Amino acid sequence: MDGVKLHGTWASPYSIRVKWAMKLKGIPFQYIEEDLFNKSALLLQHNPAHKKIPVLVHGLRPVCESMVIVEYLEEIWPQYPLLPIYPYERSVARFWVKLIEDKSPNVWMVYRTVGEEQEKAMRDSLEMLSILEEHGPNKGKKFFGGDNINIVDIAFGGVAHWMGVVEEVSGREMFDAEKFPRLHAWMGNIKSLQLIAENLPDQGKLCQYLACQREKLVSSSSQN
Amino acid sequence: MAGSVVLHGMWASPYSKGVELALKVKGIEYEFVEEDLTNKSEALMRYNPVHKKVPVLVHNGKPIAESLVIIEYIDETWKEGPRLLPQDPYERAKVRFWTGFLQQQLFGPMLSVLKTDGEAQERAVKEAQEKLKVLEEGIKGSYPGGPPSINGDNMGLLDIVGCPILGAHKVLEEVLGKKFLDQEKYPRVTSWVKALTELPLAKEAMPPHEKLVGLFQFIRSRALESAAA
Repeated sequence: MDGVKLHGTWASPYSIRVKWAMKLKGIPFQYIEEDLFNKSALLLQHNPAHKKIPVLVHGLRPVCESMVIVEYLEEIWPQYPLLPIYPYERSVARFWVKLIEDKSPNVWMVYRTVGEEQEKAMRDSLEMLSILEEHGPNKGKKFFGGDNINIVDIAFGGVAHWMGVVEEVSGREMFDAEKFPRLHAWMGNIKSLQLIAENLPDQGKLCQYLACQREKLVSSSSQN
Repeated sequence: MAGSVVLHGMWASPYSKGVELALKVKGIEYEFVEEDLTNKSEALMRYNPVHKKVPVLVHNGKPIAESLVIIEYIDETWKEGPRLLPQDPYERAKVRFWTGFLQQQLFGPMLSVLKTDGEAQERAVKEAQEKLKVLEEGIKGSYPGGPPSINGDNMGLLDIVGCPILGAHKVLEEVLGKKFLDQEKYPRVTSWVKALTELPLAKEAMPPHEKLVGLFQFIRSRALESAAA
């Protein structure tokens, strides 16, 4: 079996999704920490379209986009299945992954912006949470995947953890336990998994990192 | 695999059209429900309560939403007939990457080019050209043998998504009175789109050019009016 490498960064929720998927499946891999201000030649070669992490390199073959990577892992390493067996249930899982992919960038915009832009990002982030709370396929279940985590848990897990840090850095509350009780319960379940808890970035370190980014972005935009 | 197949869609939506193409490639009989997007049916609201959007496929009463999700469902459910996604997982990953790119990165800027003028349009054109450049390089890198296609004459997922989005460039050019897809700058994209729009299925299934021109003109004038207001 060809070797597997993951180009990622410690502070990226997209990176962490792939890490979780690989550890759940017990896939041995080499992790390469990228400096986003000084991207490696290999990264640029493997993801010329976006020049972004995460990139999985299986043998010589690069795979880009975190959820495309997770689907790829699922197809090659079927142990610890992350997608249901039957097409209809698979389509439901993929629907929620798409929703999370489309709406989660609003969460990052909350710490990256101020004023009217930040207000819009807040509204859109809260909308995502409301939809998940009301319609999410985890009703009466421990995880989106039932008793075990699946692709939806992986997609949202990173976003939810980062949300806490975004709240602290931006001073805006999003993930209110009273407004989103089911999602909060789910978050507790996710973090109680040893594999997840052991593979989360240090909260303090992440706070510092995002606060620093926010300062740079906010001060550069106020100079324009 | 029998059962009732109903597609709630809209004639001009590239997302809806993609699902139609997928059904036709597989030879699946279906009922098409044309939705008026200004007056959506109660059924659509019930089948897609989260987004209230087309397309929605209803198979034996069960709804599936999101065009790419629907097309993967179709491929997994109807195993007879041509494959929509390649068999090899790496090739599948490439197709998923590029279809995501077409829908998320290229379509939006194209729509912005239609809906703006002046400086805003210049910015939108610049963004769209950057995305076309990425696509051009991507085809070169990912599909060095030529225009991506998996079944010879049959459309695969990438073709199904690419055809409605990129095929509309001619409509855009007519409405704007200027070139959008420059053959010299983007030879591979151009030849791929040309090959796609020449396919018998595309000729049969794509919305009539004049009808789309009329709609694009309407969208443009409405957008410019509300921007000026």
